[in-house]
Amino acid sequence: MWSKEITQKIRATAESLLLEGKVDLIIGYEAGSTPLRTAPSFVRSAEQASLLVWNPFCENNLSVYLEGRKEKVGLMAKGCDARAAVVALQEKRIDRDRLLIIGLPCSGVVDRQKLAASVNIDAVKAFSVDKDSLVLQTEEEVRLPLEDVLHASCKTCSRRNAPVSDIFIGEKSSEPQVKDEFAEVKSFEGLGTQERWRYFRELAQKCIRCYACRNACPLCYCQECIVDQTQPQWFGKTAAEEDTLIYHIIRAYHCAGRCIDCGACSRACPMGIDLRLLNKKLQKDVQELYHYIPGLNPDEAPAFGTFKLDDPQDCITEK
Amino acid sequence: MSVEKKKSQQQSWEPKIVAFLCNWCSYAGADLAGISRIQYPPNVRVIRVPCSGRINPVFILKALQSGTDAVLVSGCHPGDCHYVSGNYYARRKFEIFDHLLDFVGLEKGRVFFSWVSAAEGENFGHLIKHVVDEVKKLGPAHKLVKTIEGPVANCQQTMVEG
Ligand code: SF4
Ligand code: SF4
Repeated sequence: MWSKEITQKIRATAESLLLEGKVDLIIGYEAGSTPLRTAPSFVRSAEQASLLVWNPFCENNLSVYLEGRKEKVGLMAKGCDARAAVVALQEKRIDRDRLLIIGLPCSGVVDRQKLAASVNIDAVKAFSVDKDSLVLQTEEEVRLPLEDVLHASCKTCSRRNAPVSDIFIGEKSSEPQVKDEFAEVKSFEGLGTQERWRYFRELAQKCIRCYACRNACPLCYCQECIVDQTQPQWFGKTAAEEDTLIYHIIRAYHCAGRCIDCGACSRACPMGIDLRLLNKKLQKDVQELYHYIPGLNPDEAPAFGTFKLDDPQDCITEK
Repeated sequence: MSVEKKKSQQQSWEPKIVAFLCNWCSYAGADLAGISRIQYPPNVRVIRVPCSGRINPVFILKALQSGTDAVLVSGCHPGDCHYVSGNYYARRKFEIFDHLLDFVGLEKGRVFFSWVSAAEGENFGHLIKHVVDEVKKLGPAHKLVKTIEGPVANCQQTMVEG
């Protein structure tokens, strides 16, 4: 749930953790530059704890900032932040004993693009959450059911609470019943080859190769991303469709069996590109073929870090 | 372009196929095919890799982007990997990648995966025949192929031709 009390509790917890020296750093959210934005917050002293906020605009995946940390970190974690942290643990990118997961009761984050359809975002002076509604203060008061403005990832999420946490603040959110999280993928699979190709070509034409999707992703941690490499240069840096399409195939593929569908990539995209379709496709295949869901158990081997002797091999040409 | 010209072009067109073969099985299989004088179409350009596990799917995309009409990847049969399990890991990567390429709308028959052992020279010949036949049915590749037009291309051409 989103409530003021949770924010208070978060601040108090952060304060005591820092005072007791249990962590050196709390990664959370603070108010952003406009009322409907939050920014990642790096709290290192008890006094700064009052900066922390908790509201439906806490949309970044904070696990992005775990990479390369030497200090002991307390991570404010929605279900997806925690799962991304678990993926990092599975991949041995961070030490368990240097990470304290502070689970938070998430009820889904708001998609600003959806909001923009019914309200002028720039005119919003303040907002509040009243039970299941988002109340926006513009010239007049606008009330919208939260359910209608949730981000697409949150609509199909059935893991709102951190699967692994050291502390949990507030009561765990109730997990919604999701009918079929892969419904969109399945209907897309039903289209003809040409239609699918056309869709991705159009997607590639829209993309400006800003790499915001990569930077927002908690899984993209390579010191030198393949798109930045020049020796060898695997594909061009131009906005040519073929280059961009390869970028998208590779971006999604590198996250195969790792993506936890937080939606951070889609939310970061300035061109409104839906990156979820590719992510969801890969999730579906990995789930169907290898019965694997990433980010649930730190001791489980990642899908591509293990194999079974009888793994399916439909791609193999027998001659 | 007139219909006849197009037709004659199509008839004279021969597919170019890049084959990534693992050093220990498939490359040796291709070698055996050669030693045994097994006939197969000359459309493949072989690139030797240490193991099918060495194949980064970006190799495949790069080959397609550079204008190859199809890509073949072949390694040791499961259980026979020189490095014990390289091909098992590779199999997962290939399977998922294959699904993904299909999903984005790349036509089937541009990317092949196979297992060929060092003793299967004859099978190697069959495999290449099969791949070439399939690719000939499809015609030249267009999807993902990057064509540069204008001054840059001309300049590159001059460089190539000296
Ligand atoms: S690919 Fe997108 S949805 Fe998946 S983990 Fe990365 S940012 Fe989140
Ligand atoms: S954020 Fe959007 S525009 Fe930028 S590279 Fe990713 S898909 Fe392209």
